[in-house]
Amino acid sequence: MTALTIPGQPGQDIALRPLPWRRMAWVTWRQHRPTLVSVPALLGAVAVFLLIAGLKIHHDYAALTACHPFTSHACQALNTNFNRTDWTLGNTMLILLNLAPALIGAFAGAPVLARELETGTYRYAWTQGYGRTRWTIAKLVLIAVTVTAAAGAFSQVFAWFLQPFLKQEDLTRLSATVFSTQGVAFAAWTLAAFAIGVLAGMFLRRIVPAMAVTLGVYLGLALLTWLFLRKHYVPAAVTSNPNVVGGRLTPNTPWVVSTWHTGATQWWSYLPVSRFWPMQFVEGGWLLAFSVLLIAATVWLVRHRAA
Amino acid sequence: MNVIETSGLGKRYGSTWALRECTLGLPAGHLAALVGPNGAGKTTLMNMAVGLAVPTAGTAAVLGGQLAGSPAALDGIAFVAQDAPLYKNLSAADMLHLTRNLNRRFDQQYAQARLAELGIPLGKKAGKLSGGQQAQLALTLALARRPRLLILDEPLAMLDPLARRDFMATVLTAMTDHGVSVLLSSHALAELERVADYLILLSGGQLQVAGEVDDLLARHQLLTGPAAEADRYAGQLDVVQTRRAEAQAHLLVRTSGPGRPVPPGWETHLVSLEELVLAYLRAPGAAQVPGPAPVPHPEPTEATR
Repeated sequence: MTALTIPGQPGQDIALRPLPWRRMAWVTWRQHRPTLVSVPALLGAVAVFLLIAGLKIHHDYAALTACHPFTSHACQALNTNFNRTDWTLGNTMLILLNLAPALIGAFAGAPVLARELETGTYRYAWTQGYGRTRWTIAKLVLIAVTVTAAAGAFSQVFAWFLQPFLKQEDLTRLSATVFSTQGVAFAAWTLAAFAIGVLAGMFLRRIVPAMAVTLGVYLGLALLTWLFLRKHYVPAAVTSNPNVVGGRLTPNTPWVVSTWHTGATQWWSYLPVSRFWPMQFVEGGWLLAFSVLLIAATVWLVRHRAA
Repeated sequence: MNVIETSGLGKRYGSTWALRECTLGLPAGHLAALVGPNGAGKTTLMNMAVGLAVPTAGTAAVLGGQLAGSPAALDGIAFVAQDAPLYKNLSAADMLHLTRNLNRRFDQQYAQARLAELGIPLGKKAGKLSGGQQAQLALTLALARRPRLLILDEPLAMLDPLARRDFMATVLTAMTDHGVSVLLSSHALAELERVADYLILLSGGQLQVAGEVDDLLARHQLLTGPAAEADRYAGQLDVVQTRRAEAQAHLLVRTSGPGRPVPPGWETHLVSLEELVLAYLRAPGAAQVPGPAPVPHPEPTEATR
């Protein structure tokens, strides 16, 4: 056994400034080109379709509202057409859009680390001079920002596409399926799904199980939010008049928090459509915090539990 | 300077210790062979030396006192893991570009010249290269980083005999040209015999033998004589392992200095590295660790962790 610790050669630590972040831009781009291209491209293609289909729907809706008298045969035909053809498309898109963040999380988030761990390439990547903590942070931030920005831009197009339907009585911007596709919520849900996918991938170390868990956790979280969280974001308004802006209140409408009677008067505690933006920012805010937490947990796992 | 230095190093997965009580100092400038049966803890030791695994007990330092896995340590160590992991969908040129981006130093000219010499086309995807070419590409990437220590985990396993020679020739050239120290794990004892000048033998998660090959060979002898006398004679010697074949017995013994005269009917032989390794592997109780006896470390318990 030779002598124990001999200090390193003098001066060798000075040169060890961290490598610049921009180097990871090329690395991330080269390795995750399919994700970085396909998510914006797919959303972009759907956005173009929504613009084209939306023009027709907006036109149909304008014709319908301009039609006089409403009970006439011609107007009823327009109404039927709008409610059948246009709404079928609108409703289909709405359902797809509610699933989109989960799919982005499963296909773009889960494989980022799971593929490295499953194929063993983490043993290459994490022993390079760059250091695995910074490697992980750079990669996750770059992909997360791209995917979230694409989702945010896309949801603005979708909001415009959906406008004519929101003027109908039973659908408002606060409806469960609509709220999460509007404003900042769609981008925030996409980011959260991505973060869930990344953490699941690091934790499970295999792509397919991580994708399945991502879908499950995302749907569970969306359901919990819809059933228990969203109606408590902002204080509810109270009224005894069920005819409010945005539609008529019934005990089943999703933005009614509770109803009760005092004598002959029925009281409604409900969320007015005017509180849409405050609610959006609450939802966007907590989802952002949640995502940052998950990504931080992922980085911690990479740091402390590599092999 | 010691390129690897561990003290009481241990790693536990679940309730199983993959490596325990490993106290080792590997001096710079050697090509060290890390040998041992499957599950002996070779990969675990390497993973801790490159920072992929965090020790459960003890410490691991590299390159003269740098904490294993620290930025300074990663900067000076190149590691080629078992099966030479590469991104299968990236071309050889992309792998060079990737490695250049992820490191402070990268000798692009050297890497390109090496790949040209080996006939590995730059445009070909890593996954489409043969096993030998993948191993060579991974080695080229590692050496182009101009490391001070090169760690290779089972690099010869996927290579045919000719490719093994080419691979080892590259490693030896890097040692003489750039002063790289090498730690290499392998089961190919015959290959190692030609090139290794330091031996580290792990068995059952424990360090069994460590030392310079010449030194180890000089301190061991193979004695051959009548089997009937073997037990009586063995009592006077430091026997590592006894092997009997018909009327003959072979004793692998430790000696200090020039061998004593042997009784009539006995012959002494020089020991080869392969014989030495096999003898220790067959005798897991025997240990040969140079220098001062390792300081006994208290058994790690739940309370002390």
